[in-house]
Amino acid sequence: MNLESLYQDIILDHYKHPRGKGLLENPLASAFHVNPTCGDEITVQVGRNEAGGLVIGYEGQGCSISQASASVLVELLQGRSIQESEEVRLAFLELMHSKGSGDPDEEVLGDAVAFAGVAKFPARVKCALLAWMALQDAEIQAGLLKTGEGA
Amino acid sequence: MTLLDVAAIKADFPILSTTVRGGQPLVYLDSGATSQKPGVVLDAERNFYEHANAAVHRGAHALAEEATDAFEDARRTIASFVGARSEDLVFTKNATESLNLAAYAFSNATAIAHFDAHAVNPRFVLKPGDTIVVTEMEHHANLVPWQEVCRKTGATLRWIPLTDDGRLDLSNIDSIIDKTTKVVSVVHQSNILGTINQVRFLMDRAHDVQAVGIIDGCQSIPHMPVDVVELGADLVAWSGHKMLGPTGIGCLWGTEEVLNAMPPFLTGGSMIQMVEMDKSTFALPPAKFEAGTPMVAQAVGLAAAARYLDNIGMDNVAAHEHALTQYTVNLLNALDGVRIIGPANSTDRGSAISFVVDGLHPHDVGQVLDSTGVAVRVGHHCAWPTCRRFGVPSTTRISPYIYNDFSDIDKAVLGIQAAQEFFGVNA
Repeated sequence: MNLESLYQDIILDHYKHPRGKGLLENPLASAFHVNPTCGDEITVQVGRNEAGGLVIGYEGQGCSISQASASVLVELLQGRSIQESEEVRLAFLELMHSKGSGDPDEEVLGDAVAFAGVAKFPARVKCALLAWMALQDAEIQAGLLKTGEGA
Repeated sequence: MTLLDVAAIKADFPILSTTVRGGQPLVYLDSGATSQKPGVVLDAERNFYEHANAAVHRGAHALAEEATDAFEDARRTIASFVGARSEDLVFTKNATESLNLAAYAFSNATAIAHFDAHAVNPRFVLKPGDTIVVTEMEHHANLVPWQEVCRKTGATLRWIPLTDDGRLDLSNIDSIIDKTTKVVSVVHQSNILGTINQVRFLMDRAHDVQAVGIIDGCQSIPHMPVDVVELGADLVAWSGHKMLGPTGIGCLWGTEEVLNAMPPFLTGGSMIQMVEMDKSTFALPPAKFEAGTPMVAQAVGLAAAARYLDNIGMDNVAAHEHALTQYTVNLLNALDGVRIIGPANSTDRGSAISFVVDGLHPHDVGQVLDSTGVAVRVGHHCAWPTCRRFGVPSTTRISPYIYNDFSDIDKAVLGIQAAQEFFGVNA
């Protein structure tokens, strides 16, 4: 097995140098998610900037995949419109459920395409999705999203 | 150091000759989670289905008799493996169910006593002010059911704390097990720390205050000679699949007195003596606790596993694992950036050995090991509070068994070093 196909350099870089880590001062909502099989934890908070764009903060601890995924999420979605960020989130979900056969669109997913290899490891898909599921939860709590979309 | 003839044993386990992750020979070091199965266990189940399958304890045809004989023979074999009478051995789905069966005896008796105090044995009736004692190293299966009993009865949960080297801290035991204590339920060998606890001492303390003493034997019975009667407990729970047997079968041994005194857990067919429209009476143990069609083929398979272990000899199994434990502990202690969670020596400890690697998450350690064909467990091992006690979110665990040798441990150690290298955390 080729470890590099799972742990691409982009993932290792985000793991070692997380982007945008930290909580918000006045979040609209906050969601705490854990992966009960391994104990990984993430808190994702959402707010809106003056232009109506998404503001995201997070804190967490866990494996390289879960923490890098949170960092990529923030880098990709910070400041984007709710609609744009939802398109990206759904594309990421589709990629992670592709069992490795997905053909990710780098235009949409940016650094998140590096997670294509993770989709081949069912045990790690939950790690990669942890922050994204927490984001959806926080957005629903904040009234930015309706329930049930893409879950 | 005395090791078993591992090459010969490995040859008995079909799965151990398979390869994983692109042709790597499988190195299975996750027996604490579940053991692999020798051919004789698989053959026993297949043979039962091919020649004797029928519903047990009913029917008047030849196969029904054969199936019943096979089932009750299996019970005798498994009981004798742990030094017990077969009448005192209850089959369950797994050890979790065995422990729930014990826990529900208390909440059911307490509920029944509200309406008919004479219908239940007062030992099992709980009230606010009563205490239930566990340890801080319990598997969730011996913790959550007792939390639930407390919620239903108003009893309070107490636990014996741990020392920094992963042993029970018995310094305040007199204030933990006292006159309020109705249950003492403790793990014999920790699945996460590997610690072997002084269960006889704790059971004697339980009986000093007339509490019911319960032992979780999941990690001891597969790995060392255990005579359940000598443990001094009232109830001992363990699973079949960790001792080379099939999944879907667990055991609960109990003293005749306690099994008779406990109300049933699951109710329905097979566990009754007489049924009328408005009430029923129950069969004697073990049938009283075995509602519905039981796991017959699994019992036959588990009996084959017990015979296989008996042929090796549990003393030899324990000596083999002790040698592997010593070897593993020494190698891990010598690795920079690696810390054992649990006793860092081989005294009074079993072969389940947890550790953390500085700067590396256990999931990532396990993934790198997996890429070399080495299967280990990562996570909180269903002992989340124990992880918290040691300030770690999770650990990596090596848990060898009779089919592992020193070279398997060497491969795991090489994998740990490869993980440090890959993630650039070389100490």
